[in-house]
Amino acid sequence: MAQFISTLFNGLSLSSIILLTSIGLAVTFGLMRVINMAHGEFVMIGAYMTYVTQQIFAAVFPESVRDIYYIVSIPVAFGTAFLLGSLLERFVIQRLYGREIDSLLATWGISLILQQAARSIFGTQGVNVTAPSFLQGGVTVGGCTFSYNRIFIMFMVLLCLFIVWIIMYKSNFGKQMRAVMQNRPMAQCMGINSRKVDNITFALGSGLAGIAGCSVALLGSIDSTVGQSYIVNSFMAVVLGGVGKLAGTVLGSTIIGSASIFTENYTSSTIAKAIVLLIVIVFLQKRPQGLFVIKSRSLDE
Amino acid sequence: MKKVSLRKIAALAASMAMFAMTLAGCGSTASDSGASSDGTTSAAAASGDDTVKVGLLHSLTGSMAISEKAVRDAEVLAIDEINSAGGVLGKQIVYVEEDGASEPSTFATKAEKLVDSEKVATVFGCWTSSSRKAVKPVFEDYNALLWYPVQYEGMEQSPNIVYTGAAPNQQIVPAIEYLLDKGYKKFFLLGSDYVFPRTANMIITAQVQAAGGEVVGEEYADMDQTDFAAIISKIEAAQPEIIINTLNGTGNVSFFKQMAEKNYTSAEYPTMSFSIAEEEVATIGADILKGHMVSWNYYETTDTPENKAFVEAYKAKFGESRVTSDPAEAAYDAVYLWKAACEKAGSFDVDAVREAIAGGDISFNAPEGTVTINGTNQHLTKPVRIGEIRDDGLIYEVYSTPTAVDPDPYLTTYDWAVEAGIQPIE
Repeated sequence: MAQFISTLFNGLSLSSIILLTSIGLAVTFGLMRVINMAHGEFVMIGAYMTYVTQQIFAAVFPESVRDIYYIVSIPVAFGTAFLLGSLLERFVIQRLYGREIDSLLATWGISLILQQAARSIFGTQGVNVTAPSFLQGGVTVGGCTFSYNRIFIMFMVLLCLFIVWIIMYKSNFGKQMRAVMQNRPMAQCMGINSRKVDNITFALGSGLAGIAGCSVALLGSIDSTVGQSYIVNSFMAVVLGGVGKLAGTVLGSTIIGSASIFTENYTSSTIAKAIVLLIVIVFLQKRPQGLFVIKSRSLDE
Repeated sequence: MKKVSLRKIAALAASMAMFAMTLAGCGSTASDSGASSDGTTSAAAASGDDTVKVGLLHSLTGSMAISEKAVRDAEVLAIDEINSAGGVLGKQIVYVEEDGASEPSTFATKAEKLVDSEKVATVFGCWTSSSRKAVKPVFEDYNALLWYPVQYEGMEQSPNIVYTGAAPNQQIVPAIEYLLDKGYKKFFLLGSDYVFPRTANMIITAQVQAAGGEVVGEEYADMDQTDFAAIISKIEAAQPEIIINTLNGTGNVSFFKQMAEKNYTSAEYPTMSFSIAEEEVATIGADILKGHMVSWNYYETTDTPENKAFVEAYKAKFGESRVTSDPAEAAYDAVYLWKAACEKAGSFDVDAVREAIAGGDISFNAPEGTVTINGTNQHLTKPVRIGEIRDDGLIYEVYSTPTAVDPDPYLTTYDWAVEAGIQPIE
């Protein structure tokens, strides 16, 4: 029983990490139909920002307040990724709307540039973030240990989801955003500045990737390829869930995360990867639209 | 646009991401361009009457650059020391440096360039087993000589390579013997998925079982694996007394961090690692590694007068923050051993040098203690030390073999290994 609960917790934990990296992708890829190959690099930027914040705090502030660096690093990571995302949209993506293959190649190139930039700035060897003292260790209940930083990541995911939901479905901006994504010419006729909406939406997706970077920094070392290890799972989660639906991304991430952990428990990590990929392929053969489908009257869809 | 075509694009995106990952894994991209001196010759380029030319072949760019830089630096230090002490056979050493770029095929091309066009007397180079295997045919075809400075999985013996790092019986086998002596019975084997961990674990399994111990689990992580939750669950279920860790690179960081987040320290789950030296401790962090064990032939703290001089010279030349490690020390020894072999042969000719080595009496008072090249298998006789990682990020010896251990790359002198029929994994 303890073993099962522990596995369940691990599955949920991995799901939440995948979800955190996928929410941003669900916005840029799901809503805007931009395949951003550099999304993983925004995760990397977020992770490096956490490291930079830690180093600055270690150098400037006394020992007693050093732990709050992590809290500070979250808005720093979000802000940096948001800003870079906005710039990327302004100078590259904006010129490539409706040209999926072109934007795919352009963002792939940007991903390589960002990775090399990280190597030039921070070196090829991984750097390390020390978890703040309130996130170190874990709590043991009935033979299972639940680590604080994984619990923290889960809460962070819930919070991000909630905020994205508020923005998308409850705010005025969200209304404009959905209007632009569903029917651009009509939205423009209604006086919505679609360029601005595009820019902020893309930047928001990138900023969320930055927050994901903060959380993956807690789990392992940070190097220039850290984003790459999450990007494949994130794309799978978004596609599996059904492009364009937040609920689909949540479910897709949960399925991929739990399936990985459960199969890895009974096989090896390499086989687990293959099995998860197989599940996704078989599922998409049966249901190519993914789990959730947007009902639309648009003729194009 | 149609949904279906979007999906195709998504599939393309995913496959490109995977391609990018492999690309990144191979580390084909350059870094640290300042250090890359592709094909430049230091000092006087001309190999006149008073100089002898040697090749250095390491990755100056790519994922292996950081590790190999330490080794390359140690070789340069040894060359400089020898030159200022009068050189070899009255000749100053000049080195030609080539960049293997962390890519086995590049290593092979550059090795050919060094021995064929540059006509170097010998080459010091390589780190990974895959790069060594890639250059081996080149050195054999041209009858050239390679000095390989890193501990490896054994099961190899080329007449054109001198192995100055540990063979399995000089690192792995004594470590397991030490653990068995300490009463550990239940072993869990954890490694990255490539040739060294798999060969090491095959040897360890045979040794543990012959001694009446038990291997309660064996797991391999992908090279880029970041989540160790499932593997840690398996460790918890198996309840081992000791974990034998052959993870490489960043996998170590994720694994030890995720053990720490479950409140596990070296008290609950002690580990014995074969790929963590001083450089790695600095990256992973001494706070989560303290109390864990490692096995090498040399540590920065090794207490010999030669080591004191070596550490001082290394830090003076490359910076106070740099640490020396087992592979760096083995590379430093390699240059001095080559010098000794040339002096005995009275010539730089490869056949003459090999003949001198075959005599079995080429030795050097190395920082780790006296090392001698074994005349038949061209590995070194060297001492073995079990170390414990402490708070300060350094490794301290807790046990050492009473005498230097003779190399036995094929483990033919161990009954349990012969019985288990251990074969190289190709």
